[in-house]
Amino acid sequence: MTVETIANPKVVVKDLNFYYGNYRALKDINLSIAEKMVTAFIGPSGCGKSTLLRTFNRMYQLYPKQKATGEIILDGANILDPKQDLNMLRAKIGMVFQKPTPFPMSIYDNIAFGVKLYEDLSKHDMEVRVEWALKKAALWTEVKDKLKQSGTGLSGGQQQRLCIARAIAVKPQVLLLDEPTSALDPISTAHIEKLIDELKEDFTIVIVTHNLQQAARVADYTAYMYLGDLVEFGDTPTVFTNPKRKETEDYITGRFG
Amino acid sequence: MINLNLYTRRRVINAVGLTVSLLAMLFGLFWLCWILFTLLDHGLPALTSVVFTQMTPPPGSSGGLLNAISGSLMMTVVGTLIGTPIGILAGTYLAEFGHRGWMAPLTRFINDILLSAPSIVIGLFVYEIYVVHVKHFSGWAGAMALAILVIPIVIRTTENMLRLVPSTLREAAAALGAPQWKIINFVTLRAARAGIITGVMLAVARISGETAPLLFTSLNNQFWNSNMDQPMANLPVVIFQFAMSPYEDWQRLAWAGALLITLSVLTLNILARVLFRQSATTH
Amino acid sequence: MPMFSLEARLKRQAVLDMLFRTLTRISAFSVLALLAAIIFSLVVGSMPAIHAFGFGFLTSPEWDPVNDKFGALIPIVGTLITSGIALLIAIPVSFGIAIFLTELSPRILRRPLGIAIELLAGIPSIIYGMWGLFVFVPVFADHVEPWLNDHLGVMPYIGPLFSGPPMGIGILTASIILSIMVIPFITSVMRDVFDVVPTLLKESAYGLGATTWEVMWRIVLPYTKVGVAGGIMLGLGRALGETMAVTFVIGNAHELTKSLLMPGNSISSALANEFTEAVGELYTSSLIELGLILFFITFVVLSIARFMLYKLGQREGQAA
Repeated sequence: MTVETIANPKVVVKDLNFYYGNYRALKDINLSIAEKMVTAFIGPSGCGKSTLLRTFNRMYQLYPKQKATGEIILDGANILDPKQDLNMLRAKIGMVFQKPTPFPMSIYDNIAFGVKLYEDLSKHDMEVRVEWALKKAALWTEVKDKLKQSGTGLSGGQQQRLCIARAIAVKPQVLLLDEPTSALDPISTAHIEKLIDELKEDFTIVIVTHNLQQAARVADYTAYMYLGDLVEFGDTPTVFTNPKRKETEDYITGRFG
Repeated sequence: MINLNLYTRRRVINAVGLTVSLLAMLFGLFWLCWILFTLLDHGLPALTSVVFTQMTPPPGSSGGLLNAISGSLMMTVVGTLIGTPIGILAGTYLAEFGHRGWMAPLTRFINDILLSAPSIVIGLFVYEIYVVHVKHFSGWAGAMALAILVIPIVIRTTENMLRLVPSTLREAAAALGAPQWKIINFVTLRAARAGIITGVMLAVARISGETAPLLFTSLNNQFWNSNMDQPMANLPVVIFQFAMSPYEDWQRLAWAGALLITLSVLTLNILARVLFRQSATTH
Repeated sequence: MPMFSLEARLKRQAVLDMLFRTLTRISAFSVLALLAAIIFSLVVGSMPAIHAFGFGFLTSPEWDPVNDKFGALIPIVGTLITSGIALLIAIPVSFGIAIFLTELSPRILRRPLGIAIELLAGIPSIIYGMWGLFVFVPVFADHVEPWLNDHLGVMPYIGPLFSGPPMGIGILTASIILSIMVIPFITSVMRDVFDVVPTLLKESAYGLGATTWEVMWRIVLPYTKVGVAGGIMLGLGRALGETMAVTFVIGNAHELTKSLLMPGNSISSALANEFTEAVGELYTSSLIELGLILFFITFVVLSIARFMLYKLGQREGQAA
């Protein structure tokens, strides 16, 4: 499957290469991310799946020796263009990380933090927004009575849903999830997976996961990567049941990785 | 939906904040440069060979700092020799034996406080327990005060460095059946050697500039003296006395001494860091 | 040559082990003994003054060696004020330097600049004093103090603080030099605690589009506030006990004035100036009691500092 075959692409990656110093970590990646669908990146550790994800909001730019070449087109504009304003880009593309990262402030302020960066809402509007985000993240009923308490006091699964709520409160168009359940227990993981299914009504979601079953459960499209190459990309059922490439089949069936 | 005014304001705040932090950095460097420049400017012309060959003069005549330099060296060396073994042993206790009980945490806590305790109080303490009883100031008293300053620094670095030694190294030695004192002395302490030497060098750097604890212990001596039981001249106290005096000759010598002390202290500091970095990269 | 049996050899090693352990324990114990001895000797030395003046020593501004009347108020106030002003200057500067070194500085410069700031702590305090007296004081008297007189001195409320003859030496000068001396200590702790902030936490904030300043001010600083406070207390402990630099520039006057431009005194500078020349038991004893008060204050401040830094360390341990 190539760039052209996705009917409704939200993000298009063209000839993307990524370097850590002199090491080439991504090699000529071409793929499209379908709008309001879930796309999963899978592959063994070090294959470049997280690196690819982190180019979408240029998180790599915090580190001086990392650089990307090629194009990532979002709404007709190239994300990698140096003229692209980073803060504006990150308002459009939210991200959730491997481990829950509640900010050292109250639950309410955690959600409001991002919103206040871009919008000058009245107190009432802000309350509405916080409630909306927490409801979307399926956390509202659990925390509605303790919004003033510190976000760090929640359980791991709740913290991760808080981070998802924080990301969607800004109303981004794309949501990047970098192994969002790797630090969670199975029950919390199930919660988050159900949530991802609901969130794709509003957001385009890209998820990196080392858990193949998770990719099979939540993703509409799946990309298998190995050593910086995009080995196979297609709709999830095809990739999992009828892969075109031998390497993909070996990985999926557990003969390798 | 995105409020562009708000965004512009945020960017301005960011730019101002970061500019101010750059200014803070320059502010810090500014003082360092100013002080070093002054020292070189006043100290270099005064730093002649006479400084190293003649004794401290009476006001109005020429002289050098030989007795002060030798006194400083003697007291620093003796102070380091007393303080270092105690510091290394105590640091070893904290890192290797002090896993249980109240003694190690308490010692660590008290040591951390002594590390930053006012050095003038240490001078008072040695005065009270030693000078008062022998009824005269002496080089021994000065060395004692300096040793008390060395101990906490060496304890802190020894413990930190021993903790960096991988426990697999200890286990490997223990698996050979080596007794604990041998493991610690021949394996662990040896592995941490570079770090501990760094700590000792930093301690030497610290005490070679200390003035306050010497004021009440070794005091000063106008003449050549190699007897540690007598009041002993030393650079910091001579600088203090000469700088505060109205005599220009003395003030010039004070600048020479100041330059000398600062150069040796800063050289020791930088050497210690370079040495530590080298050993850290080769391990 | 006699052969040792294995048993005898093992026994010998066990004895050596015990000896070695005891030796290290005694050394560690000597630190505790040292603290106890310091406190004990200072208390004993202060006894005559404590008997003569009681608690009144702490509140009396009198310092009259001729009539053997002593009170510690002026040096205590001088010590607290100089250290307080020093912190007011040093805290924002240290925060700025720490931000610069952790977030802004190009990688190659980070190490040399970090060392340069640490060298400020390496310069002996007597050098600060000498440089202060001969170089900084004249500049301050000629250029800064007249300006302070003309601009801040005429303002309501704070005016009296900044009026007075521009002599160069005085409380404010001592405070400024103290602030330069404690900047490296506070900066170093701030850098250390900023480094323990999880990368992911910072990336999360950047991921929402926060600016560098917002990440530092609203995420990193709140996350590390206990450690930062500990670093500030550590700097305060240093400032309170600093002797030589202050002695050179504070003016050594036993006077209580409203103006920061006037000469004053601090505990440590009183000790440095007067102790070796003090005649009579009561005079000496009063100075030793000053030392005891100084030790007590710094002990409390440094204990709080350590407690805070341990607390941050513990939280790190739990999070990891």
